[in-house]
Amino acid sequence: MSGLFKVSSNPHIRSKMTTDMIMMTVVVALLPAAGFGIYNFGPRALLVILVTVISTVMTELLYWLFMRYLCGQKQRELTVADLSAVVTGLLLALNLPVTIPLWMAALGGVFAILVVKMLFGGLGQNFMNPALAARCFLLISFPVQMTNFVCDAYTGATPLTALKAGEQVNVMDMVLGHTGGTIGETSVIAIVIGACILILAGIIDLRIPGSYLVTFALFVCIFGGRGFDLNYITAQLSGGGLMLGAFFMATDYVTRPITIRGQYVYGVILGLLTGIFRIFGPGAEGVSYAIILGNLLVPLIEKYTRPTAFGYRRGGARHEK
Amino acid sequence: MSRAGERLINGLVKENPTFVLMLGMCPTLAVTTSAVNGLGMGLTTMAVLALSNLFISLLRKIIPNRVRIPAFIVIIASFVTAVQLLLEGYLPSLNKSLGVYIPLIVVNCIILGRAESYAYSNPPLPSLFDGIGMGLGFTVALTCIGAVREILGAGEIFGRAFLPDSFEPIRIFGQAPGAFFVLASLVALQNYVKNRLQREGKPYEKIGSGCTEDCMNCAETGCKKRFYDNSGTAETGARKSGKRPAVPGPDKEGR
Repeated sequence: MSGLFKVSSNPHIRSKMTTDMIMMTVVVALLPAAGFGIYNFGPRALLVILVTVISTVMTELLYWLFMRYLCGQKQRELTVADLSAVVTGLLLALNLPVTIPLWMAALGGVFAILVVKMLFGGLGQNFMNPALAARCFLLISFPVQMTNFVCDAYTGATPLTALKAGEQVNVMDMVLGHTGGTIGETSVIAIVIGACILILAGIIDLRIPGSYLVTFALFVCIFGGRGFDLNYITAQLSGGGLMLGAFFMATDYVTRPITIRGQYVYGVILGLLTGIFRIFGPGAEGVSYAIILGNLLVPLIEKYTRPTAFGYRRGGARHEK
Repeated sequence: MSRAGERLINGLVKENPTFVLMLGMCPTLAVTTSAVNGLGMGLTTMAVLALSNLFISLLRKIIPNRVRIPAFIVIIASFVTAVQLLLEGYLPSLNKSLGVYIPLIVVNCIILGRAESYAYSNPPLPSLFDGIGMGLGFTVALTCIGAVREILGAGEIFGRAFLPDSFEPIRIFGQAPGAFFVLASLVALQNYVKNRLQREGKPYEKIGSGCTEDCMNCAETGCKKRFYDNSGTAETGARKSGKRPAVPGPDKEGR
């Protein structure tokens, strides 16, 4: 059992799901996308993945050593073994272009763990998704390298950029994943296989991804300028990091709302934000900014969607006799 | 004269306006894109701070208590206008890069804070040195933040190449989020040193006189340094309106 648990008085619900188990399942679910990325972009993709994973794990380890031996926190537990750093590293790598210089990938890993996760209190305390925050950090810091999707395999613009420019794209290629883009985002099929693993294992459900994707599709339908063009909507849905973001990053336990109504609200907000960024924004992609902005709204969403406890009126007042 | 020296050290280290008191965050975060800007902003503020402290202290027996804040603002604004005209005349490039933040020095909370908490109740010479010390502390802090941001965000320092060309500038440090990162890191470093000193048995008192300047939790009602009086007026006012006495917040004059 993870040392982060605080055991309260009974009754307890027993579950075999531990943090390590959940993280392990997420890693397994990400393997199809990662594997396809390596197949699609060549061995350098594997190198980028290794660099970010090593960087996130090492950062967590070094932070623990620093706090324990230099800041006198003798009771501090080592949390590297719960694999959450591995998940962060893997997700970050899947969000990077294959051509990124390796030191930038490593810097992203350090930022994700050190600034976004550990400084806010470690696993369960981070206020936004570490991998996405690191991606946005890199995107703002190195705009040229982060949007350089030209590699040995692909030379043209990414499908989303082409769509934005009003060109036609091959939707079949986008679903299969034979397009340029970041390492893990290209293949819808590989991502959906991973998502099925997560859903079958009971790690995630369809509330957030479902409301996210439906809202986004509606938004594109209304404001995309092409009406109900199935080809265009499918291309928008399978292009960029939308699928990866909807299934793997918007559903992150720590940074999503815990209330059920709140999860629908959150999904709708993400869909709207992504649509606004993609269609009215200057860039072609907006999933990562949409999700980290959504993360910031989570406390507010939870506040207004809190379920009424038994014996209480709506709004928190107790029933009077 | 030892009091003047104590004031200087106080402003630079113990009560550093940026790293300890966390005052004047707006210029701190906005203009420190380079070391030169930080230095320029710091020195400009220091000039205004020292002069306004001196004059407020000289006039402290004439200024009626009730209108002291408008009086302070008039004095501060006069100096800011003078300084801005001088900058426009002699350092136009600095004036251009600092832009609207020069006139905004009028409402810089460090200046008003020192006027209210120190200059209004102390003789001119210590007030002058209090202003210089605080200004120096502000200057050092802004220059440090500006230098770190310039090195990381552009690979330069004071406009000269500092890191080799192979270094790819981390552009986020030149933008607003970078200011927060650098400020937070420097404050953390400062607190780390402070905690170390405390653990090694060298007490790091925030303020030399033993006053914590935490007036909200201070029991000493007759203290001259008090920002506001939370013993009398606040409670009677609350009792009249029939509400629960609220936590004494900042006073009504917008401090």
